[in-house]
Amino acid sequence: MSELKSGSNLEKVLKAGHFAFTGECGPPKGANVEHLKEKLAHLKGHVDAVNMTDNQTAVVRMSSLAGSAIMIGEGLEPNFQMVCRDRNRLAIMSDILGAYSLGIRNMLCLSGDHQTFGNHPQAKNVHDIDSMQLIALVKKMRDEGKFMNGEDIDVPPKMFIGAACNPFADPYEYRVYRLANKIEAGADFIQTQCIFNMDKFRDFMKKVVDMGLHEKCYILAGVTPMKNAGMANFMSKFVPGMDIPESLIKRLKGVDKKDQAEEGIKFALEQVEEFKEMKGVAGVHMMAIEWEHMVPEIAERAGVLPRPAV
Amino acid sequence: MIVADRKSLEEILAMVENNKKILILGCKGCVTVCNVGGLKEVEILASSIRIARKKSGKDIDIDINVLERQCDREYVAGIKDTVGDYEAVISLACGVGPQFLSEMYTDQTFYPGVNTTFFGGATEHGVWEERCAGCGTCAIHLFGGLCPVARCAKSLLHGPCGGSSDGRCEVNKDTECIWDTIVRKKMEQGRLEDLMGVRGPKDWQTARDGGPRRSIREELIQGNI
Repeated sequence: MSELKSGSNLEKVLKAGHFAFTGECGPPKGANVEHLKEKLAHLKGHVDAVNMTDNQTAVVRMSSLAGSAIMIGEGLEPNFQMVCRDRNRLAIMSDILGAYSLGIRNMLCLSGDHQTFGNHPQAKNVHDIDSMQLIALVKKMRDEGKFMNGEDIDVPPKMFIGAACNPFADPYEYRVYRLANKIEAGADFIQTQCIFNMDKFRDFMKKVVDMGLHEKCYILAGVTPMKNAGMANFMSKFVPGMDIPESLIKRLKGVDKKDQAEEGIKFALEQVEEFKEMKGVAGVHMMAIEWEHMVPEIAERAGVLPRPAV
Repeated sequence: MIVADRKSLEEILAMVENNKKILILGCKGCVTVCNVGGLKEVEILASSIRIARKKSGKDIDIDINVLERQCDREYVAGIKDTVGDYEAVISLACGVGPQFLSEMYTDQTFYPGVNTTFFGGATEHGVWEERCAGCGTCAIHLFGGLCPVARCAKSLLHGPCGGSSDGRCEVNKDTECIWDTIVRKKMEQGRLEDLMGVRGPKDWQTARDGGPRRSIREELIQGNI
C-alpha cells in the first residue's frame, strides 16, 4: 500500500490511517434526479464516500453509473457498485471504462442478489463472471492496462477496488478463506454485510487478524441502524444472509414504539465505538437505508466529524 | 437423462381445439424413464382429452403410438405411412422429438405435449433434480465432483455467495446450496487449498452462448467405426 492506486478520497483517508466512514444511497425508482440530490445533500461532508447501489435486491432503479456521475456533480465521492447479475464481460468492461471517464475512482464488485428477490423475477440473469473474477478483472485493467482478453487499454481505469464480505453466511468456517481469496484476487478494501451479531463478528475479526488479512486490505464494518423492531423482524426473515440476534429484537421491543428509532441508533453508535477499537477494522460503512437524513446526526454522535481532508 | 414436466390439460386442449382427429406420440427414451411421455402417459392423456372433449360436446378421434426414440430419424421415419392421416400430432417427447418430426414431415403440425426442463436424474421416487447445464466444458472434478454451473443459482465459480444459509440456497429453501456442499466436502478431505486462488473466466463458447451446437465425429461419418 505504498503509492496511491486510484487517488480516490477513500483511498487517501484509509492510507493516511484515518478511521473511514462511508455512506450509502440507493438511486431513485425513476429519473427523479432532484430527489436523489436531496438524499445526497444529507450525506455531503459527513462521509468519505457514498456507495451507489446497483439495482439492489434486484429491483430496477436508475443505473448506479448514472447515479454515481450525478453524485460527483453534487461534490461527493461515489463508490460505484457493480453486480455481475446484469452484465456480461463486455458490458462490465465498458461500464468500468465509462465510470472512470466520468470521474469515478472507487468501485464495489458484487455478484448481486438473485433476480427472484426483485420486481422482475422473470428476467434472465447473466453471471458471465462472478464477483471474484470481477475483482481480478478490475485489477488487471488497472495494473496491467489490459482487457480480459489481453488487449491493451488506451488509458486504463485506475479504480480503488472494493469487495463485499458476509461473515454471517454459511459455512462460517469458510468465510475467512473466501475473504482471503477476494484479497488475493485484488480487493483493496472490504465492506462487510450489516453486522448485528457482535459476538460472531468479534470471532470473525480475530480469525482475520490471525491470518494477517487486515494488513493486506482495509476492512470496513457494515452498520445499519434499525428504525424499529418491525424492520429488524423483517430483515431477519426476508433479507438473505442476515443474522439478527433475538436479543437485539428484544431490546428494540423493550422500549416504546416512538423510542425504537433512537434505540436503534444507540445500538449502531455502540457498534461504531467498538469498531473504532477493534483490531483489523479500518472504518465503518454506514448503511442508513432510506434514512439518509439521519446520517449527519449519527456521524456527529459517533464522533467521526469532521471528516478528514486529505 | 433429459427431464420434462407435463403441460396442463388446458394448454393441450387449447392446442387441438379445432382438431377432430389427432395422434398422440410417445417416446421410449428419457421421457418414459421420467414418467412423462411413455406409453402410460400417452394413454392417460388420450383418455383425458377424450373425456374433456365429450363433456364439451366436441368428440375427438385419437390414436396413440410410442416410438423407440423421437430423436432418431430412423425411428421417426416409422410413421411415414400414417402421419398424414391426422389433423395434428401431440408429441410427448422432449423438445427434440417434435422438431425431428417437424423437420421430416413438413406438412404436419406437431404440438409439444411436455415442457422440457433439464438434464438430471431421480433423487427419490417422483423427484428429479438438475445436475448438468450442458455447458460443453466439463470441470466438475475441480469442485469435488459437483457442478456449480448447473447447481448454483448464480453459476458461481467461487462460492458460496452471501446468501447461503444452513446449506440452503437463498433463492429457494428447498434447494441445496451446492457451494456449501462443495466447501464442506473439501474441508472434510483437508483439501481446502483446492478452492483457493482465482479461476479464469469461463469460456462460454462451448455453451449455448456460442450459438446452436453440433457434435461431429469424423470416424463415424467416414464409416470407420
